[in-house]
Amino acid sequence: MPKILVDDREIEAEEGSTLLQACLNNDIYIPNLCYVEGMQYPSSSCRMCFVEIKGQDKPVAACVVTVRENMVVKTETETVRRLQRSALRLLLSVHRVDCKNCQANKKCELQRIAKFLKIGLKPKKLEQYLKEPEIVQEHPCLDYYPNRCVLCGKCLYVCRKQHGQSVLTFAKRGFETIISFYGQDDESKFECEGCTVCVDICPVGALIMRDL
Amino acid sequence: MNPANHKKIDQAFGTIHAEALQRRNAFKTAPVPKIHIGMATCGIASGALETKKAFEEVLAERNLDARIHTVGCLGHCYAEPVVIIDHPDSGFPPIFYHEVTAGKAKMLAKLFIEEGDPRFEHVYGAMEANDLIPSVMDFSRFNMEKRIVMEKCGYIDPEDIYDYIAEGGYAALVKALQSNPDEIIQAAQNAGLRGRGGAGFSTGRKWELAQKAAGKDKFVICNADEGDPGAYMDRTILESNPHQVIEGMAICAYAVGASKAIVYVRAEYPLAVKLVTKAIRQAEEQGLLGSGILGSSFNLEIDVFQGSGAFVCGEETALFRSIEGYRGTPRHRPPFPVEQGLWDRPTVINNVKTLASIPPILNKGADWYRNIGTENSSGTAIFSIVGNVVHPGLVEIPMGVSLRTLIFDICGGIPNNKKFKAVQIGGPSGGCLNEDFLDTPVDFDSLTAAGAMMGSGGMVVMDEDTCMVEVARYFLDFTQHESCGKCTFCRIGTHHLLKILTRLTKGEGREGDLELLEVLSADIKNGSLCGLGKTAPNPVITSLKYFKDEYEAHINEKRCPALMCRALTAFYFDLDLCARGCDACATCCPVDAVFTTRNRKKGVDQELCVKCGECVVACPPEYDAVRKVSPPDLVPIIEKPSEKT
Repeated sequence: MPKILVDDREIEAEEGSTLLQACLNNDIYIPNLCYVEGMQYPSSSCRMCFVEIKGQDKPVAACVVTVRENMVVKTETETVRRLQRSALRLLLSVHRVDCKNCQANKKCELQRIAKFLKIGLKPKKLEQYLKEPEIVQEHPCLDYYPNRCVLCGKCLYVCRKQHGQSVLTFAKRGFETIISFYGQDDESKFECEGCTVCVDICPVGALIMRDL
Repeated sequence: MNPANHKKIDQAFGTIHAEALQRRNAFKTAPVPKIHIGMATCGIASGALETKKAFEEVLAERNLDARIHTVGCLGHCYAEPVVIIDHPDSGFPPIFYHEVTAGKAKMLAKLFIEEGDPRFEHVYGAMEANDLIPSVMDFSRFNMEKRIVMEKCGYIDPEDIYDYIAEGGYAALVKALQSNPDEIIQAAQNAGLRGRGGAGFSTGRKWELAQKAAGKDKFVICNADEGDPGAYMDRTILESNPHQVIEGMAICAYAVGASKAIVYVRAEYPLAVKLVTKAIRQAEEQGLLGSGILGSSFNLEIDVFQGSGAFVCGEETALFRSIEGYRGTPRHRPPFPVEQGLWDRPTVINNVKTLASIPPILNKGADWYRNIGTENSSGTAIFSIVGNVVHPGLVEIPMGVSLRTLIFDICGGIPNNKKFKAVQIGGPSGGCLNEDFLDTPVDFDSLTAAGAMMGSGGMVVMDEDTCMVEVARYFLDFTQHESCGKCTFCRIGTHHLLKILTRLTKGEGREGDLELLEVLSADIKNGSLCGLGKTAPNPVITSLKYFKDEYEAHINEKRCPALMCRALTAFYFDLDLCARGCDACATCCPVDAVFTTRNRKKGVDQELCVKCGECVVACPPEYDAVRKVSPPDLVPIIEKPSEKT
């Protein structure tokens, strides 16, 4: 079991585990949105879990680093915080901040990270760009909120893991990217009945079971 | 290596080579004029198909015996369609004609081919030294280049494998098959060849890593997903000499131990797709690809994969995903492709120009290559130089030539007596450099140090009429549109950059915008997942650094110093110069914004004017009465007479 030094604290990590997992297992919180324990290829798309590793000149995402013996890691440097805050501000600039009316209120990862990074939920400098419509009801039993979604892709991952292939998918590209669903033409093919993995894993309440 | 095998390979290639030489000699010594027409995309776009048809028609009509030889592109875009006529009986050397339209073609067929009069007024230059016509080799656009990768481009028929073989093609593959893979990798390393796709990683080192990587079924991929606006080096090479790229791929595959290779080429390059596919088939027919190549035990199958429309698929990990049938989104590296690439197999992915550099290196030796260029960037660089230069096109120069030499000496400088303002190097990922950088040598490290990058080789030259804020906006519009949307910084960050820049060009800039641009750009650069995001802010960062006064003028004075941003400029007619009774501007104005004053001169209704500039073109030069100003409130008030009742 490799021993690594995180913020001057020695921790033991499981051989072959990611640096992010090792820290989380030892109660060292690093903000993250798109990581799921056990992922073979973390997507590293949320750009939150930055850390600085001794010997590397730039911050790196901890989810794609495999622990090595004697690794020296800092999780709270100024550079790391700047990138994390910047990423969060960007996410919030396309987020409908309406916590009172959001099912994820108080268990929302964005709230947690904002509190951790000590920044407000309504950034002042960046303009807000929200998508239309507010709710997409293409799926027979799921409501999708594009203005809550952080496009972490965890819903796709768990759906694929559960069913072999994912009902959910990314659609469009760039700034227009959203989550969409396969098989809209034939609703009987959905294997969604009784399954709530995607809803449960969504960090921000972007996927909600519709009250039928 | 088994010497018996060497002999077998020599024999197999000897037959093909003899056939190629025999064909070429028959063509060369045939006592008829030869007409070489440049038929790559650039030539065709300028009318080369019509030119070819015109030659064919006249030759048939007048029963003239001449051979038409379709070739690729010489790289002289300003001169397209290019035709070289070799008419030995006329007593003239082969002649380079430029802008040969169908009409000119008919005229040349009649007067030169039939009557032997080369029509000096249309001659650009001779292709070899002689006493009658100045040789093109005396022109700096020709003699300051150093052609290695493009040596045969524009001289051989890309659809005829024998043309390539007769010019020494596939000899390097023969040499490779008779050497040890380690020797080839060593040669690439000794040559100091660095990847021409932009990053400049050592090619030999990449191959070495791939060779040592565990796992069978390795892949070699030629990355021809060239997507930078204004860059077309890879397309031209594939359209003009696809065999050199294929030969490079075969050598690479042999060196790293791969038996499958793929050319990943944009679907937007239909001619390149067609020609490279045809070239692969011809090479297979000759036993230069396939199983047991030239009687050796080396097998290689090359496929063509057409990528459709996503710039990000030029990023190697996104390219793999796209071949595998998924969304073309990049993933984190490491693992690098040499360990886990396509289908998780060890993969060498090289740019077209890198692979095309391999055959000359093996033919002429690593030391020869190393002595070209600079110490850390050996060899040549190919740029597609476009924008405000007299002689735009493709230029292949030794690394280390200064930007000044490249732009002013080789490409003829800035047209229309305008001043040089900036050069954008490396496409949307590169930077805008001002005139202080004109003496920067063109090589990987110097350009990166200046804040630009070699990139794949796009170079846009801009004159004083170009607004740098608009240029930054243009490039951000491109990258923002081409972002795959996977990671936070690139997806949302570039969108913010674009929105701010768009506001600036509309005169809606605010205090704090410049600081926000700087901070956001730095964060996007440091935080993004892949190369696209990491380099997307470069046009903003460099233009802010070198042209800050222009940004400030847009925000503080609502003024566009280059008079380019439409919302910040206005037209009016100088009444002292405007000719009474002249209607040139009024008749061409598409929105009827020009009105006639009481004394029959002209005024512009600013409410209606769309600032297209048509009136500037229409105003006769002897009056030259149209003025453009920024900010728009500098326009003098010219009263519009009330409508007649």
